[in-house]
Amino acid sequence: MVKFEVHDLNIWFSSIHALKQVNLEIRSNEILSVIGPANSGKTTFLRTLNRLNDLNAAFKMTGAVELERKDIRGIDIEELRRKIGMVFALPLPLPLSIFENVVYGVRMQGERNRKKLEEKTEQALRQAYLWEEVKGRMDESAFKLSGGQQQRLCIARTLAVDPEVILFDEPCSGLDPISTAKVEDAMVKLKEKYTIVLVTNNVKQAARVGDRTAFFLSGELIEIDATDKIFTAPQDKRTDGYIRGRFG
Amino acid sequence: MKNSYKNQNIAFFLLFLSTLLIVVPVGLIVLVIIQKGLPAINWQFLSDMPRQGMRAGGIFPAIIGTVYLVVGAIMFALPIGLLSAIYLSEYSKDDLLTRLIKLAIVNLAGVPSVVYGLFGLALFVVFFKFGVSILSGSLTLGIMILPVIITTSREALESVPQSFREVSLSLGASKWQTIRHIVLPNAIPGILTGTILGLGRAAGETAPILFTVAAFYLPRLPKSVFDQAMALPYHLYVISTQVPNVDEKIRYGTAFVLLTLVLFMNLVAIIIRYKFRKKKKW
Repeated sequence: MVKFEVHDLNIWFSSIHALKQVNLEIRSNEILSVIGPANSGKTTFLRTLNRLNDLNAAFKMTGAVELERKDIRGIDIEELRRKIGMVFALPLPLPLSIFENVVYGVRMQGERNRKKLEEKTEQALRQAYLWEEVKGRMDESAFKLSGGQQQRLCIARTLAVDPEVILFDEPCSGLDPISTAKVEDAMVKLKEKYTIVLVTNNVKQAARVGDRTAFFLSGELIEIDATDKIFTAPQDKRTDGYIRGRFG
Repeated sequence: MKNSYKNQNIAFFLLFLSTLLIVVPVGLIVLVIIQKGLPAINWQFLSDMPRQGMRAGGIFPAIIGTVYLVVGAIMFALPIGLLSAIYLSEYSKDDLLTRLIKLAIVNLAGVPSVVYGLFGLALFVVFFKFGVSILSGSLTLGIMILPVIITTSREALESVPQSFREVSLSLGASKWQTIRHIVLPNAIPGILTGTILGLGRAAGETAPILFTVAAFYLPRLPKSVFDQAMALPYHLYVISTQVPNVDEKIRYGTAFVLLTLVLFMNLVAIIIRYKFRKKKKW
């Protein structure tokens, strides 16, 4: 089943043409890895999906992004962002306690029942493989956690809103290899229930967890295919060059 | 090498000297006021009406008047200032008009206070017919401290990291929820700093209250916001220049009380700010 369809997507920030004529689809319950060198437009692409680019006054787009055949610009923006969760490049806990971080999105929907919130928290933290490490420390500041724990907290926070899609924007760029492995494990488990788009600078990570991989270069989608194919027999020699580390 | 050390030492000395140049006069002022004012302070001085044409008795009505005025000014200026700061930093587009408005607000902070006094006289006393009253005086002081409160609040709001806003929005919170739950709580210490600055200024200024509220000699307490009132800075001006033969003790005592009152109000605000800073967790 197709989750996202992207048609002729062009994006500008003022006069900078950040994405050029991108066409692709994202399937349900897959991990789509998006790779490419810096300034290739991969993060811009990701932030288009949950309309976070709209915060930038210089943002302009043409073409269409459809979530289950509905133009995302026609969906209520808060509703859209609840459906499409996002985990950012750096662990970004809110300046609140661990508990309040996890329930933030749920609270904003008006849920007040303490019991329900606690259930949600445990469930989300378990899914993010963090529950065992923090279960006695719910009221501590989220900033007391280590970087890797903070990032898993951010994943739990995203899961607590019951999204359908989770966007990962280089989620391991600030983490050590062990924390990275934990986050990757979580991602692979999560794709059973969610659709995942993973932007990463780490080509090996894309190879490890991605079902399909898209390669962006200078705002263009060069190639998108099954991860095996991209890494063994890419169609375009620029893709080949990038994954072999010849540039970028 | 040697030369650069020497230069560094000269620079340090000059920097230290400039600091000293600021600290010493401030210290001296405080010292003189304490030395000459403290002996005048007793319960009667603080709680009595002035008598014998202000040459004897206490300064109670002036203290109360100043408290009323400061509280009134903050009650008016803080909500309005905060709301416009939120609008300017979170909602307004960054276009020429907004930049002009911001520039104008910053410049308003530099307008001489006597001009505010005249403005208050024209608008509140005469046009709105509030008369010479606590209401007019509070509003005038409030308008005077608005620019400071708006500017510092705006800076406090803008210093909350953009990433917090993005996280909150990405979790499906609305823009207002994001401001209410993430931006505002983290901006409170900065907002309070602006309030403290405004508070001190409102308590100490003479010119804005001169035409709008201050009574020369009114040995009773105001009954409503439409009453005139005495106020410490103006009272100090009166007994220092307008009334002959006032005991030096009373003058310095009044100055001491004014200084203490401002410091006390600042202290309260600083304690509140400290409480909020401790809660800040990043």
